[in-house]
Amino acid sequence: MESIYLDHAATTPVHPQVTEAMISVLQETFGNPSSVHTFGRKARKQLDDARHTAAESIQAKDKEIVFTSGGTESDNLAIIGAAIANQHKGRHIITSKIEHHATLHAVEHLESLGFEVSYLPVYNDGRVKSEDVHTLLREDTILVTIMMVNNETGVVQPIRELSDALKDHQAYFHSDIVQAYGLISIDVRELPVDLLTVSSHKINGPKGGGFLYVREGTNLNSQHFGGEQERKRRAGTENLPAIVGFQKAVQLADEFRSSRRTEYARYKQLFLETLEKEHVDFKINGSVEHQVETIVNLSFPGMNVETLLTNFDLSGLAASSGSACTAGSVEPSHVLSAMYGGNDPRTINSIRFSFGMANTEENIVAAAKRISQIIERLS
Amino acid sequence: MKENKDTRVVVGMSGGVDSSVSALLLKEQGYDVVGIFMKNWDDTDENGVCTATEDYEDVIHVCNQLDIPYYAVNFEKQYWDKVFTYFLDEYKAGRTPNPDVMCNKEIKFKAFLDHALALGADYLATGHYAQVREVDGTYEMLRGVDQNKDQTYFLNQLSQEVLSKVMFPLGHIDKKEVRKIAEDHELATAKKKDSTGICFIGERNFKEFLSEYIPAQPGEMQTLDGEVKGQHDGLMYYTLGQRQGLGIGGAGEPWFVVGKNVTDNILYVGQGYHHEALYSDGLIAVDANWTSNDPPLEPFECTAKFRYRQEDSPVTVIPKEGGTYVVKFHERERAVTPGQAVVLYKGEVCLGGATIDQVVKENESLTYVG
Repeated sequence: MESIYLDHAATTPVHPQVTEAMISVLQETFGNPSSVHTFGRKARKQLDDARHTAAESIQAKDKEIVFTSGGTESDNLAIIGAAIANQHKGRHIITSKIEHHATLHAVEHLESLGFEVSYLPVYNDGRVKSEDVHTLLREDTILVTIMMVNNETGVVQPIRELSDALKDHQAYFHSDIVQAYGLISIDVRELPVDLLTVSSHKINGPKGGGFLYVREGTNLNSQHFGGEQERKRRAGTENLPAIVGFQKAVQLADEFRSSRRTEYARYKQLFLETLEKEHVDFKINGSVEHQVETIVNLSFPGMNVETLLTNFDLSGLAASSGSACTAGSVEPSHVLSAMYGGNDPRTINSIRFSFGMANTEENIVAAAKRISQIIERLS
Repeated sequence: MKENKDTRVVVGMSGGVDSSVSALLLKEQGYDVVGIFMKNWDDTDENGVCTATEDYEDVIHVCNQLDIPYYAVNFEKQYWDKVFTYFLDEYKAGRTPNPDVMCNKEIKFKAFLDHALALGADYLATGHYAQVREVDGTYEMLRGVDQNKDQTYFLNQLSQEVLSKVMFPLGHIDKKEVRKIAEDHELATAKKKDSTGICFIGERNFKEFLSEYIPAQPGEMQTLDGEVKGQHDGLMYYTLGQRQGLGIGGAGEPWFVVGKNVTDNILYVGQGYHHEALYSDGLIAVDANWTSNDPPLEPFECTAKFRYRQEDSPVTVIPKEGGTYVVKFHERERAVTPGQAVVLYKGEVCLGGATIDQVVKENESLTYVG
């Protein structure tokens, strides 16, 4: 049976043009961008080009882009780096329970170092509310970190309102925009954020690449110690093949942003329509009106996530339930637990489907039909 | 009859050599094999290492070698509710439970079997040393050919419905051969040490483990005549016939546990391996299962094991009211222990088993055994 990939929020296929760009670097540009000779300068030029592309994609300055190994490192650098650098101003951080583990475990680490963390409440619709920030905000708050699009539900968070709420406060605002980047246009000239996390492999680029946007003047401690790369904010020889591949992915994302959104929205609609036509019993988790085109999280009443996912895979369908856990088994989703409470059946009967480059209208319909057969057999 | 390639067999893979070779043999026979790892217990040691993660790594390695898909399933909650709670309750009642029997009954061959069937499996296979034989539509469970490894003792609660759905690919070979097959195929688990003891305790200190869940109540050690011989650390740490850890010095033969008084928190001890109080000539069993699904109505003769890896003893089984059974021994037995399983055999066929509820001597229940 044909394998169908419905897990683009986990990672995406690498675009052929990205592969091509990377091969060319691997074959022709092996120099170290820090070297003061021809080989180094050639690499440095490509690195600067890529930095310019990344900066332009969010209307930032080139020097505000720090290339990293991806989303986790960018989140860690933003959160831990900002907290450590600004602890003389306070040791209080605000986040939410629906953040990615790269954020949650970073703030837990800071807690163990004596920082205090407050969590914004999350509502049934999968969103936080900006007015709650005022309740939690303290004089000694130094950082607020909230993701732009939740990776499990696809629900868009009120980033503009949150950042506006912090305008007259010392606290930095960081947002993990991994699932938003490439879909939602971002302009840092008018969006008052200080730090943004972006990952390459979620937008058809290679793994091991990404950047952190650091607004000029933001006080940040490096988490890597060594050379002076990335303006001393990220030591280590730059991963040029990944960075150039990422650059190509960024260019493609910018060029095809609106056509991709239309295409993926069509996939989601077709997917849900087919499930309905096949009389599958499901509910959408989180606010439908605030959802990105690429992600939908469905609850299947009476089903069990492990049984569903294994059955899906045995019939060639790749989907997921958010975060895998120890020893390959699936834990109740921390995102859905935050939305509905830990004992709600939706935390153990929900699956995330995410659409993208590996999909066609045909394979979306075929996938929905296979799902309906499996659910019917298990009912 | 389906062809092997169209027959899906889910193999319960623990990350050990037995289940690895089971999967290998089924794959060689051309079945549609799916490996599944069960996570029943959440444990992380002082170095942050989770044994389940280590075991799952081995499952991944072996499944990749065999080119079969692998998955994990979490039964921590069911295991806690059905096996661990029973395990603690039995210890609190002064008995010596057998969690492996309960795990097979409630988890591996119930929750896990249901999971396998929900995945479209025709059969569930495990690495147990036991055999299933179909005779005219009835399924019999036979001992494993390797008498030293035979695990039917732990499988005594399986029913016809279960036996019709299980495969034990190792039942007809012995352990040495299993190791050799694993080595010949360079399976990642070929040289892995067999797990010992109760799965959720592993290599840890049993006493320490138990004390985390049941508060230890030290009390007196007495002879059955009431002579105080010392202090015990808590009744749950001792089992009938045990010699180690009593710390009673003095002249004469070594001392053994001969009974427990839960009400007054007294551990009874007696001198000599063959102390009279350790011997019994019968037992009363409850929670019986008959692998044929056909409970006997008349008394009959067969052989029995009262603990794992013991030689069979000839017995007479007498059905009583309410599903209980009296089992009379032809010869007196030493240290038959309440809470353990009594498992019955006719030749190579395992007839089923039950839980030892009371131990009997000369038609009297031995109240002092606990």
